[in-house]
Amino acid sequence: MAESAPNGYGPSVERHDADVVVVGAGPAGLLAAIAACEAGRSVLVVDENPAAGGQIWREATGQGPHPRARLVIRRVRRLGAGVLSGVTVFDGSADARVLRALHVDDPRRVLEIRYRELVLATGASELFLPFPGWTLPGVTGVGGLQALVKGGFAVRGRRVLLAGSGPLLLAVAASLKAAGARVVGLCEQAPRSRVRRFGFGLWRHPLKALQGVGLLAALRGVPIHHDSWVVEARGAGRVERAFVADAAGNRRAIDCDLLATGYGLVPASRLAELLGCAVDHDGRVLVDETCATSVDGIWCAGEPTGIGGVEVAMAEGRVAGSHAAGDRQRGALHARLLRKEQRFVRRLERAFALRDELRALPDDDTILCRCEDVSFGAVRSLRDARQAKLETRCGMGPCQGRVCGPASSFLCGFPRDRVRPPLIPVPMGALAVAGPSNTSKQRSNERSNETMETPE
Amino acid sequence: MVDRSAGGGEVTIRVDGRQVRVPAGAMLASALCNDRATQAMRRSVTGQPRGPLCGMGICFECRATVDGRPQVRTCTLVCREGMEVRLDG
Ligand SMILES: Cc1cc2nc3c(=O)[nH]c(=O)nc-3n(C[C@H](O)[C@H](O)[C@H](O)COP(=O)(O)OP(=O)(O)OC[C@H]3O[C@@H](n4cnc5c(N)ncnc54)[C@H](O)[C@@H]3O)c2cc1C
Ligand code: FES
Repeated sequence: MAESAPNGYGPSVERHDADVVVVGAGPAGLLAAIAACEAGRSVLVVDENPAAGGQIWREATGQGPHPRARLVIRRVRRLGAGVLSGVTVFDGSADARVLRALHVDDPRRVLEIRYRELVLATGASELFLPFPGWTLPGVTGVGGLQALVKGGFAVRGRRVLLAGSGPLLLAVAASLKAAGARVVGLCEQAPRSRVRRFGFGLWRHPLKALQGVGLLAALRGVPIHHDSWVVEARGAGRVERAFVADAAGNRRAIDCDLLATGYGLVPASRLAELLGCAVDHDGRVLVDETCATSVDGIWCAGEPTGIGGVEVAMAEGRVAGSHAAGDRQRGALHARLLRKEQRFVRRLERAFALRDELRALPDDDTILCRCEDVSFGAVRSLRDARQAKLETRCGMGPCQGRVCGPASSFLCGFPRDRVRPPLIPVPMGALAVAGPSNTSKQRSNERSNETMETPE
Repeated sequence: MVDRSAGGGEVTIRVDGRQVRVPAGAMLASALCNDRATQAMRRSVTGQPRGPLCGMGICFECRATVDGRPQVRTCTLVCREGMEVRLDG
């Protein structure tokens, strides 16, 4: 399936092709791959992580695949799907039905991946909201800290404070506790009454109710504060203390070695947008009941279509994979399961809606754009992300606004900015061999993202 | 592809010239978090200390120079024997 072609620039191009190419090896992508294989298509899955599994099934160092993922991954391989791990897709063209990607280990190695049908299962990232001190080392995302721990970060004995919103807080707190961390507190910004109502409503989803009860049991002894949020972090060179506010107007200090905050998840829809797929104002990729996007031959499954968690991701993966492979009957069957899950998601969204007080977290001199150190005060009164880029360089660094973009939409109401290739900074040589693509159409009056070889 | 399940063993990497033993299969960002001598992973454009935020390749706060390659996201990379890491970014 793969072939390498030498060329004049030094780096090599590896060529791949498959009937169905899946981007993302999380639950959605893996289930899509299985469905497409079962319908008799050749399938190739590409993913940036060193091992398949995505976020929830991320492999922990020294432990092999996540138990639930193990069976799924084995099935994907048995069915003959190709899996390329450690590969990031940075560009593509829907007209030419081609993606361009790089090896994480060696960004000079460019891949050109041709597809007939494409399933985008790129997952989500966390919503980070800026507050004074949030740039101190030791302040991480909630899922981010979990990922670092799975990657081998030893948290035994360290004092961890978690703050933000949603069930991920509980799941991560439990896993940190199991890893030996001292969880000194968990601050949920949602009011206790709303969380409780959500909990009672779970009788409709017995499995989830059971999981919830299990989590709460695992968290016995951890102080859980509702109606509370972190307003400031302080420390000399790294976080040592956090200040927590609550709806009653109290403010208290909590000492910690690590502070993890996460205010929910944001769909990872940049690749879909780059390929021309329509998204709504929250960045959700628009799909019909077959998981087809607005672009012919491109399907989307999992978190990019709206944050739904692992069951929705798996169900959508099956739907998208079946339809991408032309198996309508099975696709329709899977769609029925999906609808029940989606009702659960709407309850979740209502229960953990973000409160207005969070918009007042940053001061004028709190950093908003961490790549370019642009303060919130410099951006707050501007019109949109584009003006912020041109006038302050906000969102122009290597993360390309993936952190400050969702934050400034929440804080300043900025509409979504257009996505430009490449999706990650790429070495010059790799761009050259990538050849004509969206990338070459990039506007030249803005500093491009090809600056990897020039220091900041 | 990298085998991350080879449990038990250790590999040695070099961080700014210092030898650091890390669990085999660990991600580089995680190994650097464990290294007490590494207070910050990089300095921002105005000189502030920074460390990993997202753990999943989004924020670029964990970047370092690895084996001569600048701006590598250390949270996406598995530690390998003899890896040279420079935290000068
Ligand atoms: C940091 C984090 C931690 C989480 N932890 C939990 C948890 O403990 N429990 C829980 O129930 N839910 C957790 N979630 C929620 C999670 O989103 C879902 O439960 C589930 O993983 C969604 O599955 P998915 O297949 O849609 O996406 P994911 O599992 O996120 O998979 C998407 C995959 O796409 C890959 N990808 C994205 N863009 C590219 C690209 N351009 N090129 C190549 N590959 C790409 C990513 O590397 C990733 O592996 C977490 C989410 C995040 C962001
Ligand atoms: S910690 Fe965010 S990119 Fe590595």
